[in-house]
Amino acid sequence: MTIRIKKGQTGKSILNTVIEMSGVDLSLCYQCKKCSCGCTVSNHAKSPPSEIIRRLQLGAGNELLDNDLIWSCVSCETCYARCPMGIDMVSVMDALRRMAIERKAAIPEGNVPLFNSAFLKTVKFFGRTYDLGLMAIYKIGTSSYVQDADKLPLIFMKKKIAILPSWSANRKTVKRIFKKASHGK
Amino acid sequence: MKYAYYPGCSSESSARDQHSSSMAVAKALGIEFVEIEGWTCCGATPGHQTDRVLAASLPAANLVLAQDMGLDIVVNCAACYSRLKMANYEVLNQPDMREKVGDALGSDYDGSVKVRHLVEILLEDYGLENLKTRLSHSLDGIKIASYYGCLLVRPHEVTNFDDPENPTSMDNLISAMGAESLDWPSKTDCCGNSLSLTTKSDLVVSLSDSIIGMAQAAGADCIAVACPLCQVNLDLRQIDIKKQTGRQYNMPILYITQLIGLCLGLSTEALGLNKLVIAPSNIINAVKTAA
Ligand code: SF4
Ligand code: SF4
Repeated sequence: MTIRIKKGQTGKSILNTVIEMSGVDLSLCYQCKKCSCGCTVSNHAKSPPSEIIRRLQLGAGNELLDNDLIWSCVSCETCYARCPMGIDMVSVMDALRRMAIERKAAIPEGNVPLFNSAFLKTVKFFGRTYDLGLMAIYKIGTSSYVQDADKLPLIFMKKKIAILPSWSANRKTVKRIFKKASHGK
Repeated sequence: MKYAYYPGCSSESSARDQHSSSMAVAKALGIEFVEIEGWTCCGATPGHQTDRVLAASLPAANLVLAQDMGLDIVVNCAACYSRLKMANYEVLNQPDMREKVGDALGSDYDGSVKVRHLVEILLEDYGLENLKTRLSHSLDGIKIASYYGCLLVRPHEVTNFDDPENPTSMDNLISAMGAESLDWPSKTDCCGNSLSLTTKSDLVVSLSDSIIGMAQAAGADCIAVACPLCQVNLDLRQIDIKKQTGRQYNMPILYITQLIGLCLGLSTEALGLNKLVIAPSNIINAVKTAA
């Protein structure tokens, strides 16, 4: 595949920031594309994982943060497991997701960042996840009440959801962890 | 045999049945699970997508509690298992991470608590032969596809679970129960659960569709799983698959502990079999007294 990066469009390369945030040496990638062959979602995203790495190697800038693989990736670890050079692509994707939020790149449909922050809010508060609270925050944020609503009666009937949150006795430690970690707001 | 039991958040909502069947099986086999008092969430996917220190410290908080109990941890959920093991791995292999985690927890953690999945305990500590002598019932005549998903087996240097491309742990348990364990290609595919609650559910439906379709093509009567996220996704998504594609699988998705429980002669209530969306009546009806 030919990868074209237009002159003048890339701006400042984000390669070093990605390396710093992920701790992964991207110069080791020799484009064998094993990661892309096994990627769970490469059929569903415009770029497979090896292309993301190649673009980074070629000096891509902030525009890479709009790439749809960043939010389609399901963190299945197949790329990492199969890479002959031991490249931890999952940490690279995590770094790109964090940068996309920080640099306010376009958040595509699905709104994973909002889901993540709703999830972590309930953990911070209760020490454990609380599905109903999580769903309320997330669904209000995306106004997507209808999605999955058809399955709610079934979910309640089968008691697949807790009506009341479970409070962990160790919430203090969890609050401390959130305070110390810089991005877990 | 005694372990520190980490239930994980799903044990209180979608996976109460995995929790109750694990407890029932452990009790019937004389294995003691002591719940970790004050356990907290492992952070799951949102944790590692958000912050590296957060992702390592949330699981580590539980590892420290188990260390105080002086026991190995046993985990049911493949996602929790992966996060707990990853925390150990990072603390052991990245000196700066040990320092950061220690700072976040308020005490040093050395990464030494052993994290085990229930399947590993049954095979490695309890032993297959030992288990066979305890099975009063058999699933002879039933064909089962074991589905391992992603996080039990990957990344291998972190989880060290079985073979990352062709795991057979659950298959061995299934053969011990007298059922036929199927050779099929989607054992370690990912069902996409981490995107399940977001509005990207089309993608998740298509991933689940392909996994269940493969199992059906292989002739499976049911799929055996060892992870609450896989279970709820494959079970509940069959409704969406039907809506989007017209395909109606009716494929029961059972926890491996529910299958073992049936062969130990435990009741369907104790095993939470009524909680499954796709009723596993074909499996329950096939249980016979072992020869
Ligand atoms: S598998 Fe590894 S070396 Fe091969 S293309 Fe992917 S990241 Fe590069
Ligand atoms: S972790 Fe993401 S990029 Fe890697 S194989 Fe899985 S879906 Fe693809």
